[in-house]
Amino acid sequence: MDNLNSYLILSAVLFSIGTIGVLTRKNAIVVFMCIELMLNAVNLTFVAFSRHLGNLDGQIFVFFIMTVAAAEAAVGLAMFIAFFNNRESIDIDDANIMKW
Amino acid sequence: MFDNVWLIPLFPLIGFLINGLLGKKIKNETIIGTIGSVAVFASFITAVMIFMNLIGLPANERSVNVKIFSWISAGNFNADIAFLIDPLSCLMMLVVTGISTVIHIYSIGYMHGEEGFYRFFAYLNLFVFSMLLLVSGNNLLLMFVGWEGVGLCSYLLIGYYFHKKSASDAGKKAFVMNRVGDFGFLLGTFTLFWWLGQTHDVWTIQFTELAKNADLFPTGGIVTIITLCFFLGATGKSAQIPLYTWLPDAMEGPTPVSALIHAATMVTAGVYMIGRMSFLFIRSPETMLTVAVVGACTALFAATIGTAQNDIKRVLAYSTVSQLGYMFLAMGVGAFTAGIFHLMTHAFFKACLFLGSGAVIHSMHHALHHVHSHDDAQDMRNMGGLKKFMPLTYLTFLTATIAIAGIPGFSGFFSKDEILWQAFANPLHGSMNTVLWAFGACAALLTAFYMFRLVFMTFHGTCRIKAGAEKHLHESPMVIVVPLLILAFFAAVGGYFGVPKLIGDLFGGIPNYLEHFLSPVFANAEAYMHAHTHHAHHSHALEWGLMGTSVVIAVVGISVAYMLYMVNPDIPKKFTSAFPVLHRAVYNKWYVDEIYDFVFVNPCKALGRLLWKGFDVLVVDGIVNGVATVVMAFGGVIRYFQTGQIYNYAWTMAFGVVVIVGYYLFK
Repeated sequence: MDNLNSYLILSAVLFSIGTIGVLTRKNAIVVFMCIELMLNAVNLTFVAFSRHLGNLDGQIFVFFIMTVAAAEAAVGLAMFIAFFNNRESIDIDDANIMKW
Repeated sequence: MFDNVWLIPLFPLIGFLINGLLGKKIKNETIIGTIGSVAVFASFITAVMIFMNLIGLPANERSVNVKIFSWISAGNFNADIAFLIDPLSCLMMLVVTGISTVIHIYSIGYMHGEEGFYRFFAYLNLFVFSMLLLVSGNNLLLMFVGWEGVGLCSYLLIGYYFHKKSASDAGKKAFVMNRVGDFGFLLGTFTLFWWLGQTHDVWTIQFTELAKNADLFPTGGIVTIITLCFFLGATGKSAQIPLYTWLPDAMEGPTPVSALIHAATMVTAGVYMIGRMSFLFIRSPETMLTVAVVGACTALFAATIGTAQNDIKRVLAYSTVSQLGYMFLAMGVGAFTAGIFHLMTHAFFKACLFLGSGAVIHSMHHALHHVHSHDDAQDMRNMGGLKKFMPLTYLTFLTATIAIAGIPGFSGFFSKDEILWQAFANPLHGSMNTVLWAFGACAALLTAFYMFRLVFMTFHGTCRIKAGAEKHLHESPMVIVVPLLILAFFAAVGGYFGVPKLIGDLFGGIPNYLEHFLSPVFANAEAYMHAHTHHAHHSHALEWGLMGTSVVIAVVGISVAYMLYMVNPDIPKKFTSAFPVLHRAVYNKWYVDEIYDFVFVNPCKALGRLLWKGFDVLVVDGIVNGVATVVMAFGGVIRYFQTGQIYNYAWTMAFGVVVIVGYYLFK
């Protein structure tokens, strides 16, 4: 039981770090890494619960998340390169065309 | 041996794939031409071997189904990739592969230096492949695949010079008119399959199975509907009234194409199909009468147009339509063997005529090009006296012309006379017989006239080509002349395969080989006909008399042409000015194209324009664009709620999550 708690606490800490990173940092790549951190924090929770409940579903879910995260990284980096080619910057403050 | 029958269509398919895919890289004309010709020649050799095996069998066993694999199998419906080898398909395979080989060789010379040489040979091989499927398939569906395939190749080859608008228009016209016919073919197939299955629980589209169950079909009624649908298909493919107008326009294609597809093989597919389904056609007197009347009318109608055309290929085109009419006349009076016989002899002499005209055009074009003249190389008014420049071409052309005119001893005489005799003597249509015979006889008179008019205008008289060009006229190279000689030989002697009994007896009992050979195929239809009609007995004297009449008719036609175009060339001009309306109507092909334009084409275009401008642009595009406009208007308003800063959104999201989670935690 203690074990599960410590995993969940670690996961919560990682998730919070990730969230704060996404909310405060301006460099797009750092923001992106923070999103990955959040995803992996969730993964940790899944695995911990899976182990605790003796059910493999959570671990299988983690595989899917990792796959999606990999695809997201590929697409995301391609977008940053396209963005950089246009704006000479990867600062997310510069991505503001939606503004009226 | 029969198991190898699939090789026959396979060789041209391989030739098509090699030339079609690699031809652009090969570039060398000799290699491309050799591949194309060898592929077809290999088929010919295989067909000859199959034929040898077939005649080795007893006559009543000469019908072999060879299944390669099961193609479609759904519920009661079964269609195999399978071939039917019987005298009819075997004869067709021999004619198709034999004439194709000759024309392929000719094309090496004729198409020399043309852009897209490889394309031409690829299409030509694809055509031979489709045609062989058509004649050897053992069920209606496989036949239809070939039927469509030859239509496609016809379209591609008519539009071979696609940068010329008239050529691409002619290709489209041929394709669309053929579609009308194909629609009939499909409806016929569906009705046949459905009706036989529903009423007798016999689910089949295989020819031999259908023939075996032929007695299940009633006389008339549903059979009339089915066969009329099939006949509509035949009128499209074989250029009969009312769907014939595409064939003269198809002359826009290169001349070897006109010879192979639009004279010798593809256009006879309708005749073959009726022969193949003879057991069904014979069971509907109404359809048989329709076939006979349409055939007779087409034979006469096209012949009248042929008398006034000046383009050498157009005369031959109308002549082809007219001769196809003869074949349908034969089919319609129940003389199936005679129809197939004329198909065969016509293939020889008409291919020879077309290739000969190609040689003339080739030479004319070359000579006119030398003197930088823009005169039409196909217009007979620019020709004349070519005999002394092209003696071999003249000789072969004359042989084929004599054959088509029906002079005794040459192939056309035997087949045409057989048709006329059967039209007169066959009891199927009662009192209509005399009328049918009269139509055929008039067409024969006109045939002899316009063909010799063509020969006289082209090869005899004074040379009317632009001054200075005549010294550039010359005989064609060997690769063109040798095919002409081969075809001319068969145009002369091809008739001896089917000598009528009357003449055969006179010369010590020469048997009618073709009739003996083909009789098992038409046995069912013949038996039905004998059981249901009174066999009228005609005396030998009458048959001799009619034969004499048709010879006289041919001689009169030739003499009139000689009088008008050799002895006194002024008469045609006087005649034209005396009957200007008649001449204009005939010269303009009785304005059939204009009538079709007015009745069918223009209303279709108007309807299309209405649907385009009215429905598509206003309604369909209006809805799509309207949706987009509404969405944009909303977006224009809602965008004022946006800051455009990503972490504003991120903060909002995070805050929202906290609120939602908090709500569930503390509620």
